[in-house]
Amino acid sequence: MSLDTQIRASVDAVPAQPRRKVSRRRRKDTIAALVFLSPQLLGLIVFMIGPLGFALYLAFSHWDGFGAATFAGLSNFTELFENPRIQRSAINTVWFTVLQVPGVMITAFLFALFMQKAGRMTNVYRLGFVAPVVTSSVAVATIWLYLFNPEISPINSALRSIGIPAPNWLQDPSFIIPSFAVVAIWQGLGYQLVMFMAGLQSIGASYLEAAELDGCSAWQKLWHVTVPLISPTILFLSITSIIGSFQVFDYIYVFMDSSAPDEARTIVYEIVQMAFREFNFGAASALAFLLFLVLLGVTGLQMAAQKRWVHYAE
Amino acid sequence: MSTLTRNIARSQEARTRRRPVRPGRIILHLALAVCAALMALPFLWMMLSSFKPLDEIFRQPPTFLPEVWTTGGYETAFAGADFVRGFWNSTYIAVTVTVISLLTSTMAAYAFARIDFRGSKHLFMVFLATMMVPAQLTIIPLYIIMGWLGWIDTPLSLIMPASLFSAFGVFLMRQYIKGIPRELEEAAELDGASRFRVFTTMILPLLRTPLTALGIFTFLGQWNNFFGPLIFLNSDANFTLPLLVNQFKGQYGADWTSLMSATTLVAAPLLIIFAVAQRQIVDGIALSGSKS
Repeated sequence: MSLDTQIRASVDAVPAQPRRKVSRRRRKDTIAALVFLSPQLLGLIVFMIGPLGFALYLAFSHWDGFGAATFAGLSNFTELFENPRIQRSAINTVWFTVLQVPGVMITAFLFALFMQKAGRMTNVYRLGFVAPVVTSSVAVATIWLYLFNPEISPINSALRSIGIPAPNWLQDPSFIIPSFAVVAIWQGLGYQLVMFMAGLQSIGASYLEAAELDGCSAWQKLWHVTVPLISPTILFLSITSIIGSFQVFDYIYVFMDSSAPDEARTIVYEIVQMAFREFNFGAASALAFLLFLVLLGVTGLQMAAQKRWVHYAE
Repeated sequence: MSTLTRNIARSQEARTRRRPVRPGRIILHLALAVCAALMALPFLWMMLSSFKPLDEIFRQPPTFLPEVWTTGGYETAFAGADFVRGFWNSTYIAVTVTVISLLTSTMAAYAFARIDFRGSKHLFMVFLATMMVPAQLTIIPLYIIMGWLGWIDTPLSLIMPASLFSAFGVFLMRQYIKGIPRELEEAAELDGASRFRVFTTMILPLLRTPLTALGIFTFLGQWNNFFGPLIFLNSDANFTLPLLVNQFKGQYGADWTSLMSATTLVAAPLLIIFAVAQRQIVDGIALSGSKS
């Protein structure tokens, strides 16, 4: 404050050529900003804006990486919409998201509620939950390749011993996508648990005490106090996890290599196969572009709907 | 003297206040312990299986501890793929990217938070908007650009994009720099300190916590990255650990002892780091989301 007035006073005290001084300062600031920004600005242009424009161009071209690209109009898009395999992959991707996102969010929220009450032991329990988060998805998928193999799976052996028929996880078409969801929930749980616990910690105890004094049941406290107060966390996690699960790829590639059956393929898997196996850069870019539009649309809907249910404290 | 008596009084109070252990709490701890153990069980299974002979792996019902301990899996793993080299490649890429991207994104964040230049708001919006772009949309053009630059199958194809562009890093650091009171810097600037000096001597030291968090996040992302290396790298000598394990799986898929040994080699370094630095890593995860 006082510094500001001092500066202003000193500028006022020198009435001669104030404008030039201001503009010189302005130019100096712009140069300084450019210097500080230059590495990221270079990256933005070369590795983001440039490729984005290029991708848009490719989406409307036929090109296999050699020779000249030819204008394709909308044919890449119509080709995608007419391809039944792509439709199947889109359904698989949505099915995976429907299973994984609510699965991981509800589990993580419940565990966060319980962990809050665990006192000092929280740190010990958390080790188990967060360990999969820091592990590479390739290692995770390789471990689950073992756990899903009906010949050696300890899960199947345990199920059989209690009389439940053990599924053939990665071979039975109706179990493939749910199997991916199991792995994704196992790996994603710890991250959301940490986020929910941080959110719960920031809730003032006074709200819950007030609700208790008013005679609210545990369920009412949870639904009318806790959930509204952590709704910003719920919104953030639902946006990021939907985006993440629409892009699922690593598990499938490790499980199935490049020969995944139609029942196991997802949109990103198709993009990679089309681009780097078939060298159909045009159609692959068109599909990636559609994925981007869908993600924008879903996120936009969530942001529009947030006014109805997200409460910001303060 | 007063603190001592107060402590004694407090401990007595605590003792009288201590309620008998309720069965609800025992059930809570039991349930959480069982669930946490179940979460960790796949890792334990991986490690134990890496020491079992192959015929024991196929036995029904399965054994928990190996009846016969063997290190044959690890011998096959080391003979079948150059995991030492893979470890070096992964570490080299992850460390380089972490160091450079922390620096470049904090610099950009400083410009956005502290320097008043024309177009600042719009440019920042552009940075934010790029966070919505899925990696799959830019990977094809990037692959072609890397080809032009001659960086295919070199670590540069992975290091350069991640080091020079991180919208999330810029966003996170900007939030923190904006939270630092401005008075000190203004005083230093009046004394004639350059922006560079203010940045290195006043801003950077105050950003230790968010820099650690962002650093952990960046390192984990790079070390575990599969998609980028899969597209850009194609010779064994340049492979990172996740690629090596995936390739090893293709060649030794039926040899579960060796495959679990190879997987253990990849998973173990980060699991050990995590066990040692749990607090920092968990705080880093929480912090990176809290500002968003």
